[in-house]
Amino acid sequence: MKRAFLGEFEELVLLTVAILEEDAYGVSVTQELEDKTGRTVGFSTVHSTLQRLEEKGYVSSRMGGATAERGGRRKRFFTVTPFGRKALREVKQVREDLWSALPPAALQLMGS
Amino acid sequence: MGDIRQPTSDKPPRWSAKLLSWLGHPDTLEEVTGDMLELYRYRLKKAGKRKADWLYLADTIKLLRPFARQKKQIIYSSGNALDLVMIQNYFKIALRNLLKNKGYSAINITGLAVGMAVALLIGLWVFDELSFDKNHENYDKIAKVMQSQNFAGTIQTGDGLPKQLEQELRSKYGSHFKYIAITGGGGEHLLSVGDKKVTQIGRYMGPDIAEMLSLKMLKGTRSGLTDMNSVLLSESAAKATFGDTDPMDKIVKIDNKNAVRVTGVYADLPANSSFAGLAFIAPWKLLEKDLPEWLGWGNNWFDMYVQIGDHSEMDRVSAAIAKAKLDNIDQAESKYEPLIFLQPMRKWNLYSEFKNGVNTGGRISVVWLFGITGLSVLILACINFMNLNTARSEKRAKEIGVRKAVGSAKTQLAVQFLGESLMVVILAFMVSLLIVLVSLPAFNQLVNKQIALPFALPYFWLACIAFILLTGLVAGAYPALYLSSFKPITALKGISLKPKGGQLAGTPRKMLVVLQFTVSVTLIIGTIIVYRQVQHAKNRPIGYSRQQLLSSPLKSDQIIKHFTAFRNDLLNTGAVEEVTATDSPVTNTYVTNGGFTWKGKNPAMTDEFVTLRITHEFGKTVGWKIKDGRDFSREFATDSLGFVLNEAAVKYMGLKNPVGEMIQWGDNEKYKVIGVVKDLVTQSPYEPAKQTIFFLNYKRLNTVNIKIKPSASASTAVAGIQSVFKKYDPENLFQYAFADQEYARKFSDEERIAKLTTLFAVLAVLISCLGLFGLASFVAEQRTKEIGIRKVLGASIAGLWVLLSREFLLLVLISCLIAGPLAWYFMNGWLEKYTYRTEISWWIFAVSVLGAVLVTLVTVSFQAIRAALLNPVTSLRSE
Repeated sequence: MKRAFLGEFEELVLLTVAILEEDAYGVSVTQELEDKTGRTVGFSTVHSTLQRLEEKGYVSSRMGGATAERGGRRKRFFTVTPFGRKALREVKQVREDLWSALPPAALQLMGS
Repeated sequence: MGDIRQPTSDKPPRWSAKLLSWLGHPDTLEEVTGDMLELYRYRLKKAGKRKADWLYLADTIKLLRPFARQKKQIIYSSGNALDLVMIQNYFKIALRNLLKNKGYSAINITGLAVGMAVALLIGLWVFDELSFDKNHENYDKIAKVMQSQNFAGTIQTGDGLPKQLEQELRSKYGSHFKYIAITGGGGEHLLSVGDKKVTQIGRYMGPDIAEMLSLKMLKGTRSGLTDMNSVLLSESAAKATFGDTDPMDKIVKIDNKNAVRVTGVYADLPANSSFAGLAFIAPWKLLEKDLPEWLGWGNNWFDMYVQIGDHSEMDRVSAAIAKAKLDNIDQAESKYEPLIFLQPMRKWNLYSEFKNGVNTGGRISVVWLFGITGLSVLILACINFMNLNTARSEKRAKEIGVRKAVGSAKTQLAVQFLGESLMVVILAFMVSLLIVLVSLPAFNQLVNKQIALPFALPYFWLACIAFILLTGLVAGAYPALYLSSFKPITALKGISLKPKGGQLAGTPRKMLVVLQFTVSVTLIIGTIIVYRQVQHAKNRPIGYSRQQLLSSPLKSDQIIKHFTAFRNDLLNTGAVEEVTATDSPVTNTYVTNGGFTWKGKNPAMTDEFVTLRITHEFGKTVGWKIKDGRDFSREFATDSLGFVLNEAAVKYMGLKNPVGEMIQWGDNEKYKVIGVVKDLVTQSPYEPAKQTIFFLNYKRLNTVNIKIKPSASASTAVAGIQSVFKKYDPENLFQYAFADQEYARKFSDEERIAKLTTLFAVLAVLISCLGLFGLASFVAEQRTKEIGIRKVLGASIAGLWVLLSREFLLLVLISCLIAGPLAWYFMNGWLEKYTYRTEISWWIFAVSVLGAVLVTLVTVSFQAIRAALLNPVTSLRSE
């Protein structure tokens, strides 16, 4: 059985694409990530991560229409594929399982 | 968010953007630049220009190609045969294996290297042949004008053309051609500058030739031939005549006749051009002025080269000019049905032969012959490699077993073994390159070429790499597949690797040995037949004596004018037995004539005869054999209207009693046949003698033939003869050739083939034996124990020898059975092009088979006897 392999940053990007629904492209994902995580995210990192996700089949992409503010260049929009959704669910499941397996005492130790 | 910045600066630094557009990944460039621009504006507003610029730059650099899409594949399971660590490991193992079995490695590498060297040499030769003439810029557009004529049912094709054809082509068919150049008077000429005289090969040519051949002018221009009294010299000819002084505008005399001015110097034409060695080009007009009588439509004396128009097609032009001669000649001549056509430059070298009007190839058959032979030798070497490697498999079975048991995939093992063979091939290639470098001068001499290894050519290296890969694949594929297919358990146990049945391990290997020896034996038989054919033609009775016979071309008419005195002076030197003059060399009679009528002549018959103008003493000089009638004699004044025929002519004419018959030539001259001589071979030694007529003439002669006394030494005789020549013709250089050497030159092509096939055959046998030697030693080693047991039980050494040799011998005999018919088929085809040819007799096959068997026995016996002599105690104790 092949398990989905998803890096931490990949997971964040994939989630962001899912959140943005129809409006996920390089810039929006970068901005959204910067907003949500509060750290400066390099565009190149996002770009190559999106590409890697596409190679792995977690997202698919299509070219949108051209806009003037971008110098007449088109945007590449990304959407999460069913396989990507499955991967996200699996990751979430794993996290939840782990959290629930955590003894209450340990949780307290970690502080609230 | 107020915009406090200047609107002009809302763009990222231009150079940075440029960098991105140059080096970014083209697949994603559009959306990336778009995104980057959008993001830049966003950051400009949010964090200011400096930060935005900086981030833009940082992102750009990370997006540039080596970094962008940098995929680091993390591999957990190693199904990949090309893993770096493993490759290092394979390399180490391969090296250790090579060093461990030094003997086999040496056999392997040497065999392969020799095979590759042969293939390389032949490859270079073939490349040289195929690239012949290609250095001329207009290669595709140049052609030679040819003519086919029908002589009583057989169509003969040649390049001799009437002079008028040039005018005809220019005026009526001019639109098809860009350039037309008529040429003539080719051959050696005397160039003199003051007192300095040198002979150089040159030709009279129309002025278009310089453009057509795209001569590289070192001095002057290509239009240097338009003036009638000009000449173009090649670089080396200029050096030979003028030394280091500037030749331009200086005067050169050609053949002591025409004084011409040097109007240009061209770079020497390359060796693999049809015009190689052309030392000077003189204007055609200069030749033309002396030849009024050669200008009829029936005189096929000249060569013509054309360059068709840039948009013309060779075939179409060729078809258009087909009747260019036929339209201009009268009824009587049109019975020869002359057909004019173009022979494109790309066919000059390899497709120069015509049979009955059809192009039948030519040198191309030799190219094929050598190509196939070279490939065969290479394949033999590859087979050795396969056989030795698979034979060695037993030794490596354990290693393979361990690898498989630990988890190697089959492909992984195959890659390992392929890589190993590739390594050996690369080693062998380096050795072969060394062999080629060392042997190239000798090879060049053998094939009469000037081939160099084209190290500077990138194509050469590409070809070499392709060659290595191909050889590696061919040689390594079978061992790789064979070795990787072992079952781990059996391989580890080390048993049942020997296939059931034969001891020689495996039918494929047996088949390869058979194939190897089939090629070898075929080559041996072929070599013997080629050699026999050359000897056969060489030993053919030629009807005259060529010993001590010397001929010299006449450059002026001074000698002919005073021929009697000249002859007497020669006889007085004491070293000369007899002298005669002729109108072509005896070894190459090229003058033919028609227009003969005789009693009982079939009117449909064409009457083309070789004619040789001679002086009275011709018979005595060359020593011909009178069969009927008598020789020419000064006692009969009527002999000036007498003919001597050869036997072929008598047969051709159908005369019962030839002596005394009258033959009419042309309209009014009647000649009487006074004698018949045995056929003289004066042309190709492979063709039947042509019908020939000999008659007296003291005017149109151009060759002096001198028989030196058997008692005289050639060198003193030549010195004496030279002084007589100087006396009568002081202007020209004395040149001479011995008839036997001239005759021997007729065999140079065939002898070259004979030498090369001998070389290939020897190498093929050598390579095959090398393989056999390796195999035999393996078989012997493999059966050491068995031999030990047999010895202990009382087997004799002779018995053991038979046991070990028998199977190899059987294989070689099978090869002979296949090779016999194969060789017969090929050689029969080769011999067919010779009319005068040797028989393929049975003993050739017998000798070849015997030779192959003998060689096999010698090769195998060494190992067999060594194994048989081994002390059984040592061989049995090891377990």
